Amino acid sequence: MKRNKTEEDVYILAIESSCDETAAAVVKNGRQVLSNIISSQIDLHTLYGGVVPEIASRKHIERINQVIETALSDAGMTLEQITAVAVTYGPGLVGALLVGVAEAKAIAYAADKPLVGVHHIEGHISANFIEHPDLEPPFICLVVSGGHSHLVMVKNYGEFEILGRTRDDAAGEAFDKVARAVGLGYPGGPKIDKAAREGDKHAIRFPRAKVDGSDYDFSFSGLKSAVLNYLNHAQMTGEEVSVPDLAASFQYAVVDVLVTHTMEAARALGCGKVAIAGGVASNSELRSEMKKACKKAGLTFYYPSPVFCTDNAVMIGTAAYYEYINGVRSGWDLNAVPYLKLGER
Amino acid sequence: MKILGIESSSLTASVAVVTDDVVTAEFTMNFKKTHSQTLLPMLEQLGRMIELDKKTLDAIAVAAGPGSFTGLRIGAATAKGLGLALNKPLAAVPTLEALAYNLWGCGGVVCPILDARRDQVYAGVYRVDGWNREKKGTLAEWVPEPLLEQTAIGMAELLEKLDGIGEPVTFLGDGVPVFREKIEASLGVPFAFAPAPNNRQRASSVAALGLEYVKRGMTVSAADFRPDYLRKSQAEREREEKEAGNAGVTET
Repeated sequence: MKRNKTEEDVYILAIESSCDETAAAVVKNGRQVLSNIISSQIDLHTLYGGVVPEIASRKHIERINQVIETALSDAGMTLEQITAVAVTYGPGLVGALLVGVAEAKAIAYAADKPLVGVHHIEGHISANFIEHPDLEPPFICLVVSGGHSHLVMVKNYGEFEILGRTRDDAAGEAFDKVARAVGLGYPGGPKIDKAAREGDKHAIRFPRAKVDGSDYDFSFSGLKSAVLNYLNHAQMTGEEVSVPDLAASFQYAVVDVLVTHTMEAARALGCGKVAIAGGVASNSELRSEMKKACKKAGLTFYYPSPVFCTDNAVMIGTAAYYEYINGVRSGWDLNAVPYLKLGER
Repeated sequence: MKILGIESSSLTASVAVVTDDVVTAEFTMNFKKTHSQTLLPMLEQLGRMIELDKKTLDAIAVAAGPGSFTGLRIGAATAKGLGLALNKPLAAVPTLEALAYNLWGCGGVVCPILDARRDQVYAGVYRVDGWNREKKGTLAEWVPEPLLEQTAIGMAELLEKLDGIGEPVTFLGDGVPVFREKIEASLGVPFAFAPAPNNRQRASSVAALGLEYVKRGMTVSAADFRPDYLRKSQAEREREEKEAGNAGVTET
């Protein structure tokens, strides 16, 4: 999107608290990162083998002011110099979202700034704009994380068509469950990725699920069951299980489906650009397989650095910038919407 | 001195501005609509009505707990956001102390109770008459004087304590409709229930008491403030029980 030179610069203070990271950032004109603060609670939740919503909410309230203040000071800015305040209002854990939403509303109200509520997935997709100044819609984006698996056609800034979604577990959820089953622990994504590097991805052939009637939808619960059955069978027959082989084979099965569906969508829709986003987008197998497939098909492949794949506020600031210049403003009654759908307000 | 009060610890949503010893404005609702949708719009309307220059506020007083975990956090995040943006300190006023303050001047003792589920109430017992029994014409206490600090407690145990104190009791709070019959059936000392105008949380009480806190330098920075839930999260409780070797034993 071309901006008129005479237009004033837009500085967004963005806040993200939808899960277990308390994050704030200042983003200039949608693509320039002035600060990026993330306070992770992962160590705390590891004790419980997953994110505990009440604990996450309590931690958010303890850290949120420091995180925002640091984001402002790292950017060398005062609140008065900020153009608008942006916040993730869904989807996510309702109690966690509410902390960011209430905080953002109070700051915007007190500082007389406009407020922009941002969809978390729109944020993840927008993470691709941060490091790729040339990237503009339309493009196809695969969003994969612990809570989401979507194949999205990004038609324009703030305009999306969901091509496919998971019918059961999110991709990241499948990683967590399998990691727990083989004793790798939480969080499953990075642990499986690491173990898989020592293994043979062709060692075990796990099923690739097809969803009837939808070319682009995903299903990972069958794959998860296949892994658990394999483990059970091995235990009963006293067969030794190679965790690296199992991790590599499972990971390959997930990645294979993700890449195949994305490539099919790009071909059917005649789209020359493919992007990935979300926590699972930092998975090394997904990155390398998608890169290979895009190269083979003559498509341009975009992916964010790992720091912009996991939850962060820069991506929220980037998404908010395009919403802001499109005239989107949220009211003081902005609420957290845990099951917010992409493209809805 | 000008203090903004915020109360969202349970069903009540309330905002008020207290200027010295006058409630400049108060907006209170006891209505089933989420605080996330009501609190800031109420504040915005109240501010507009009294032409509030936000920069002239001396501090933000907030009901600091106990109460609904989510309700407390909406109030806390609102207060922290205002404190951050306006660069003002917070006064963390205990929910039950502010509730008792609704009845300032009342003889006997005051017992605010909030339904805490799991067969408990959040309760405290306070003397709020302020009379100095030692010296005529002076105030003994500026703050509700606790005979029982706010805590999560079983109703039977609370009633025993009140009989032990042996003074007439006035009850208030959202625990009253839940436990009224139990109180009527088993409390020995004389008792009464506060009427509608002052039987639920009010931001004016939080702000007025908060003003006394500020006068005495009892403030907290917006960054450091966190609610006092009086209870751990369920996951933490269960983990601790498990570690103590009591897995399967449920708390009452």
